[in-house]
Amino acid sequence: MDTIFALASARGKSGVAVIRISGPKATSAASSLCDVPRQNRRAALRKLRSNGETLEVALVLRFSGPESFTGEDVVEFHIHGSMATTAAVLGALSSIDGLRLAEPGEFTRRALENEKLDLAQVEGLADLIEAETEAQRRQAQRVLSGALGRLAEGWRSNLIRAAALIEATIDFADEDVPVDVTPEVGALIREVRSELGAEIKGAAVAERIREGFEVAIVGPPNVGKSTLLNALAGREAAITSEIAGTTRDIIEVNMDLRGLPVTFLDTAGVRPTDDKIETLGVERALARAHAADLRVILLDKVDDAPVLAPLPEDIVVVTKSDLHPKADISAISGEGIEGLIERVTDELAGRAACVGVAVRERHRTALTRANEGLEFAQDRLNTSPEHAELIAEDLRGAIRALESLVGRIDIEHLLDEIFSSFCIGK
Amino acid sequence: MFHVKHRDTDVIVVGGGHAGAEAAHAAARRGARVVLVTFRRDGIGVMSCNPAIGGLGKGHLVREIDALDGVMGRVADRAGIQFRLLNRRKGPAVQGPRAQADREIYRTAMGAEIAARPEITVVEGEVTDFLMRGDRVEGVKLSDGAAISAKATVLTTGTFLRGVIHIGDTSRPGGRIGDRPSVRLADRIDGFGLPFGRLKTGTPPRLRSGSINWGVLEDQPGDDRPTLFSFLSKGVSAKQISCGITHTNEQTHKIIRENLARSAMYGGQIDGVGPRYCPSIEDKVVRFADKVSHQIFLEPEGLTSDLVYPNGISTSLPEDVQWAYVQSIRGLERAEIAQPGYAIEYDYVDPRALTHQLCLKDIAGLYFAGQINGTTGYEEAAAQGLVAGLNAAGDALGLAAAHFGRENSYIGVMIDDLVTRGVTEPYRMFTSRAEFRLSLRADNADQRLTPVGIDIGCVGTMRQDVFAAKMSALSSGRQRLDSIWISAPEAANAGIRIAEDGTKRSGTDLLSFADVEFADIAGLRPAIADISEEIQDQLKRDALYANYIERQRRDVEALRKDEAHPLPLDFDFDGLSGLSNELRQKLKKTRPATLGQAGRVEGMTPAALTLILARLRQRERRHV
Repeated sequence: MDTIFALASARGKSGVAVIRISGPKATSAASSLCDVPRQNRRAALRKLRSNGETLEVALVLRFSGPESFTGEDVVEFHIHGSMATTAAVLGALSSIDGLRLAEPGEFTRRALENEKLDLAQVEGLADLIEAETEAQRRQAQRVLSGALGRLAEGWRSNLIRAAALIEATIDFADEDVPVDVTPEVGALIREVRSELGAEIKGAAVAERIREGFEVAIVGPPNVGKSTLLNALAGREAAITSEIAGTTRDIIEVNMDLRGLPVTFLDTAGVRPTDDKIETLGVERALARAHAADLRVILLDKVDDAPVLAPLPEDIVVVTKSDLHPKADISAISGEGIEGLIERVTDELAGRAACVGVAVRERHRTALTRANEGLEFAQDRLNTSPEHAELIAEDLRGAIRALESLVGRIDIEHLLDEIFSSFCIGK
Repeated sequence: MFHVKHRDTDVIVVGGGHAGAEAAHAAARRGARVVLVTFRRDGIGVMSCNPAIGGLGKGHLVREIDALDGVMGRVADRAGIQFRLLNRRKGPAVQGPRAQADREIYRTAMGAEIAARPEITVVEGEVTDFLMRGDRVEGVKLSDGAAISAKATVLTTGTFLRGVIHIGDTSRPGGRIGDRPSVRLADRIDGFGLPFGRLKTGTPPRLRSGSINWGVLEDQPGDDRPTLFSFLSKGVSAKQISCGITHTNEQTHKIIRENLARSAMYGGQIDGVGPRYCPSIEDKVVRFADKVSHQIFLEPEGLTSDLVYPNGISTSLPEDVQWAYVQSIRGLERAEIAQPGYAIEYDYVDPRALTHQLCLKDIAGLYFAGQINGTTGYEEAAAQGLVAGLNAAGDALGLAAAHFGRENSYIGVMIDDLVTRGVTEPYRMFTSRAEFRLSLRADNADQRLTPVGIDIGCVGTMRQDVFAAKMSALSSGRQRLDSIWISAPEAANAGIRIAEDGTKRSGTDLLSFADVEFADIAGLRPAIADISEEIQDQLKRDALYANYIERQRRDVEALRKDEAHPLPLDFDFDGLSGLSNELRQKLKKTRPATLGQAGRVEGMTPAALTLILARLRQRERRHV
């Protein structure tokens, strides 16, 4: 196994930069630059020297494998973050025999291979590094902590138990095993399905937390959509004018609402028109509004018909309260804007509350596949329990789907469960 | 002029048990001259443990052996005195044929099968050494000094390698009761530096039938319509009998508990690992202390034998304790023990040292089959014997290797498990080991494997003819079903409920519904009723899983794709950076033959597999 090293913090000037060395030669390589602290996980100030020259005074940390990020021996240099210092230390390391510069992601890959992280945790780590809002950070942290892996592990062990019960009635039909395992198998499947269902529901929201919620602002031309967006953004994001039909492209403004990433979309005004370009803009506006997570539908007057039928959770408001006394908000005076933001935030936060630890499309697909297999198994268990081999097949499919999240299935695990539960052997 | 060295024979098979007999016969079918070396000619085909063949997974193996024209199925049918199809009420994929066998008929019939092959010469003697030529085994030496040269040698020495028999606190060397162990051969094999392990297994005391009070016991008869093993057999030949069922009770358990310290297994005399699925009665009483009773099947050892095999109470307790606990059992109050139960410990070779052809990776010409590879059971042994015999013959005659995969047979599953993962307890076949269980059924073993056997050249003309006739009947039956179209309302008339989506369904589609029988369709289209019952049943079984098998096809293809990447035996796992140390050690031990096999090594990760694939591609590029 090669020993690898790289700058572990961001490139460019910074107060502190971290250089990480990982692999069997980590300690010996570091020793050629400085006197590596004997004690694990205890920082010490050391001079880094190369060819008789002092490169830098660094904080040096040592982690013996497997208790390290990669699971291998790791040494870290915390140095001043100047480009020249970093280059000098990296240069000195690269001249050491048996060391090479790490490829992008290689530390994480080693952590994965040494089972310090599972696949979902690696994804969580990537998300954490990318996190911009508080909700994103919390979500990434949950994934990184291995919560999804633990959940999947729990479901898997329940399903392995269920499969073992079924397999026991198949492979040990002649032995002293329980004949009717249907009640326990049914209960195990029901339990896993209800939790899976909740996670699948939450996964869609989690994806939104990662990618951002979209809130479309729609209404007839000149109702004040762009003015509202500008008021929300506090800047001139969309061109606004008194001439109807100004906004033909969709304009986006990103906001952080109570930690949730939210993108407001300003869409073209919706009205019948002969202008080909405007028609196109209107079609796009409606399509985008439909696809959005939430719509804020603006009306000129209280009794106007909305330009698209609102869904129950959509927000309908009358604009220009500075001109009409019955209106809800005025983007120009700022009246009612805070209240609107509150309503949008409450709605999205309510949805975010049901988020679980499955946060990616990949997770959702695997969970859905598992859920479908369990549905088949459950049906068959109720209607034709004698087809044990088909129930077993559906369970096997479900377990494999779950394991694609973090690991893989093994027949030995099934047999372990059977042999520890039943007295086999006539 | 080049002088070809004369060899005494093509293939030598050492051992005449179930693996040895099947190996010799398979090699002979492939056209090899075979010398079968065994201690005693009349020991060929002896059933040294329970007098039964088949069961779940095991019955599948017997059918597969038969589909390849092997002997076990035919002999078991001749010796069968009670046939039962296990899991009769479950689906056909998990039904396993099983039979109690008359030991004497079995042994005689197996001896006759071997004697009937002119290619096979039986030599009585003890093999003590090999004839070597470099790293290649080219024959054997016997204890009387004789030498026999051959191109390939199959070793099927069962539990004879450093076997030790334990009864209570006394132990003595022995391969099975009444035989000596092969110590000198074991020492010789040591010289090869192979990885050895130690296993144990147990047997129950044998009872005298006349001393059992059968009248008070529950009767277990065979099936009314026996399901036979061989695709060639037409009916049973021996008289059919019933087994008896009785149970242990609290008094039995008390006696056992009080004497645990005197059990060889609990007294610390045994280090070998025993099978979890076949625990001794001591184990059962200790591990499942809350169970107040365990089932015992009283299996007669034959029609003319006075011995009964009480299945379920294997033991290594001293003889006096065996008497006491046996007589505490209902119906056995006056039972006499003809031969006490014993535990046996023996050496096995870590099967990861073998190829999928069961040849040692490092020593050419030497094949291992049966219990020596860490398996248990006659069926597992015979199936390995078959594979080793076919390949040893191929080796000797310059024919293609015989390969069985996880996707085509239980034989393939077993061999892949053995050579990829090794064993931690005596390996026994279960249906749950086969991921493609729905397509690897006992009922279609001939459809799966007879064509493979014909390619290999181990299937006789008689079976080829029977098979061809069956296949043509099946395919014409299937065509007739496929050309029947039935609408939902019409199906409803026959009590078949299907979705009324306006489309008509073919007879085959209808048959794929679990609750639709062939007779239901024949009720609507009487013309097809003339299809024979055997073919009707087979069409139904083939249709039942069609949808699942279609779904599995993707998995099979993925498997085939991975199997298509061969890994050279000298693949340098050390030179592969990014593998964990533990995984590297396992890979080096297994030396997987393909990428697919590497994926099945315990603890393998997708990331590590990618690394191996990348290195493989690199090598391929360099060699272009």
